[in-house]
Amino acid sequence: MTIGFIMMCHTALDRAAQVARHWAERGAPVVIHVDKRTDAAEYGTLVKTLADLENVSFSPRFKCNWGTWSLVQAEQAAAEQMLARHPEIHHVFLASGSCLPLRPLNELTAYLAAHPQTDFIESVTTAEVDWTTGGIGLERFTLRFPFSWKRQRRLFDRYVALQRKIGFKRKIPEGLVPHLGSQWWCLTRQTLSAILQDPRRAEFDAYFRRVWIPDESYFQTLARLYATSIESRSLTLSKFDFQGKPHVFYDDHLQLLRRSDCFVARKIWHRAERLYATFLTDRASIDPEAEPNPTKIDRLFHKAVERRTKGRPGLYMQSRFPKKDRENGKTSAPYSIFQGFSDLFENFDGWLSKSAGVRVHGHLFGPEGAEFAGGETMFNGCLSNSATLRDYNPRAFLTNLIWNARGERQCFMFSPRDTQQDIDWFTATDPNAQISVISGAWAVPLFRSNQDFAAIRSEAARLQQIEMHHLSILRSMFVKARVRIWSLADFVENPMEPLQTIIDEISPRGARRLTEVPQMVDLSGFGQFLQSLRNQGMQPRLMGDFPVGDDLSPKAPRRGRPYLVK
Amino acid sequence: MKLRQLRQLRRERRWRQFRAFRKRRELSCVANRTATIKPDAVLVFVTLRNERPRLPYFLRYYRDMGVGHFLFVDNGSEDGSREYLTAQPDCSVWTTQASYKSSGFGIDWLNWLLRKYGTGHWTLTLDPDEFFVYPFCDTRPINALTDWLDSYEIRSFPAMLLDMYPKGPIDAEPYREGQNPFEIASWFDSGNYMISKNGKMQNLWIQGGPRARCFFPDDPADAPSLNKIPLVKWARGLVYASSTHMLLPRGLNRVYDEWGGEMISGCLLHAKFLSPWSEKVSEELERRQHYANSREYRVYAETLSEPPDLWCKWSEKYINWRQLEILGLMSKGNWA
Repeated sequence: MTIGFIMMCHTALDRAAQVARHWAERGAPVVIHVDKRTDAAEYGTLVKTLADLENVSFSPRFKCNWGTWSLVQAEQAAAEQMLARHPEIHHVFLASGSCLPLRPLNELTAYLAAHPQTDFIESVTTAEVDWTTGGIGLERFTLRFPFSWKRQRRLFDRYVALQRKIGFKRKIPEGLVPHLGSQWWCLTRQTLSAILQDPRRAEFDAYFRRVWIPDESYFQTLARLYATSIESRSLTLSKFDFQGKPHVFYDDHLQLLRRSDCFVARKIWHRAERLYATFLTDRASIDPEAEPNPTKIDRLFHKAVERRTKGRPGLYMQSRFPKKDRENGKTSAPYSIFQGFSDLFENFDGWLSKSAGVRVHGHLFGPEGAEFAGGETMFNGCLSNSATLRDYNPRAFLTNLIWNARGERQCFMFSPRDTQQDIDWFTATDPNAQISVISGAWAVPLFRSNQDFAAIRSEAARLQQIEMHHLSILRSMFVKARVRIWSLADFVENPMEPLQTIIDEISPRGARRLTEVPQMVDLSGFGQFLQSLRNQGMQPRLMGDFPVGDDLSPKAPRRGRPYLVK
Repeated sequence: MKLRQLRQLRRERRWRQFRAFRKRRELSCVANRTATIKPDAVLVFVTLRNERPRLPYFLRYYRDMGVGHFLFVDNGSEDGSREYLTAQPDCSVWTTQASYKSSGFGIDWLNWLLRKYGTGHWTLTLDPDEFFVYPFCDTRPINALTDWLDSYEIRSFPAMLLDMYPKGPIDAEPYREGQNPFEIASWFDSGNYMISKNGKMQNLWIQGGPRARCFFPDDPADAPSLNKIPLVKWARGLVYASSTHMLLPRGLNRVYDEWGGEMISGCLLHAKFLSPWSEKVSEELERRQHYANSREYRVYAETLSEPPDLWCKWSEKYINWRQLEILGLMSKGNWA
């Protein structure tokens, strides 16, 4: 059993020569096609370096442009030459000048000998592929494409749109079912000669001449007519990214390539010295009968494409700066904002970090500076607590904080007293945010302060206005965050249930009943305080209904699980 | 309105080209070995003054990376830098005594050399204290990167300036000639950078790091820019508009993705905070040749009496490019 190799080359001819020599010296005939646009001197050198090998020949040269019929013409000519010159060959393998054999030739020969009637050609119907460049599937076969996709993109797109609009359709020759696939195939002599000697070949050629990217469909479609058994996969490991460009292999992919057990890989960087030195020797594989298994490489390239198209959520950096609403994650991890809690409870942050096991900061946007957890002046990533630095770019401050502390949930306090009220749209529209608000709680510190009542009144009016604006944002239809709002009166009456809900959401795995309640400040006389504000002409609206006379007090917290029958 | 802006940008570009053309007369050639440049060589362009101790490591670092030729503009060195470079087989050297400031901080000279010798090549425009790091730089030479960029028709490559600093006072450990500066200044800030977009030039404006944190906490707007685009496939008509922060035509500044994905990027490790620091600051302050009336150096001088320690317990110690990638300071994009 002999395999013949067709090599399609246009650059890095020295590498192509190395590979051709490797195959030819081991008894496999090689036919080389060199793009006509390649420099004549380079071509001359290639011919000269391979002159000592009689089973290497050169096929007629065509000018090859990406995705055009000329490529198929070149392949046809080379294949005809191969079949005519080397009657002993059983399979023909189409490779490119930047291909590299990863396993010894005898392993490939043995593999093909075990599948003597099988054609290895990726060939799928247009309905089943999702990788077609430009989003053109079946239309490749039914429209006309006189303009170059690479150089005349605008004309190309417009002409396609026009044809769609007027409903133009080319007729597909009878008996053909359009198939697509990788252009690197390995066909049996029977199938290949049947395609090349087909009585209807002139008709098919005329048709495919105007199909878009015929090198991905000519053999793939026609093989379906004659092959007895098609393995719809390519023996060449060749991966394309989202822009239809082949991924390139470098020296550091050596182990990955070796373990893939593929026979041939494309595309190899032409200066990858170590890859060429390693694989162009007769070193047996670890398991000579292994099936090709490129899963690991697939995963690597898949991840690369995902990084390019989706990126890491919540990351803002020099080469990823998404427009508004294109962030694919405004922040990198869930976080919680508590508004009013630190006013109503003593040592709320200490209690929260203990009950939920999370990092709890004070008022990150406090007017004096960011109050990091534990009173630190710096935080992960050398984030400074300076108020000016923070207020210079508050959004960057917040996204940096969340990004730097990946893996640990961040919570912080917020209040109408804080400086940066303009991050509220950002947080309100961030699905990672959990925002809990006790509306009107800002009045509690005022109530307990020892200021002149006139000052208290004007401060209360200011804070109320800020909070009302904030609440109107949190109640808008654009909100993506998980928002919970209670009025102060409601919350004071029954604090346990809301607290339990919040804690359960923050740490669902540690779900257990709260045993310890944060210490609420003394509110006796608060109702009277609100009444005084009213009497002074300021209407407190956000606290809910506080009776003037007797004070609201929390109901005794429920203990245990009343619904559980023991 | 848009048209007017475009016309204005074009005028600015032409003006920069003209300046470069006029300033070419300030350069006198000391050693011109540009005839030996190979067609696919990556070229390094540098302006420097009195950097002799740093040069051996600088050259070695970029030679190992696969850079083909170095083009230096020596701005009146007195410490033998010029003589040292002239003796190197892969360096071409020009010298000038003219003002650094009035040549747009060296950019006019380099714009001229870039145009004359860089056209058609991948060019890396640097300061002598900047060390370029790109994805896979430990296993792949720079030609692998430029070939890959060529195949995607990407013409410019961003590398954010990452200020490196030692633990302890900056002057504490002296720098030996030929030594890797990051053996001393091996620490950096990983996550305090602030980005905004410059609508006119379309580039990102990045500030932050130890310089914003320690020297400009009260006027962050004055903190130095860290965004740079050092690696460019040079073509006729390109100019650097302000240091290597931005280019004209402005399309070259669009090195970032706005739809959520990540484009490829690298970092420039900045060995600025290295001994002899106090000497350098005093000297530069006297010369007053730096950006914005040497604002930056005036701030440094205020802290000189007590040598600053930029290190804090959240500083990261530099390991390799993969660490920078994981921290989100640079990205592999879709290069795998």
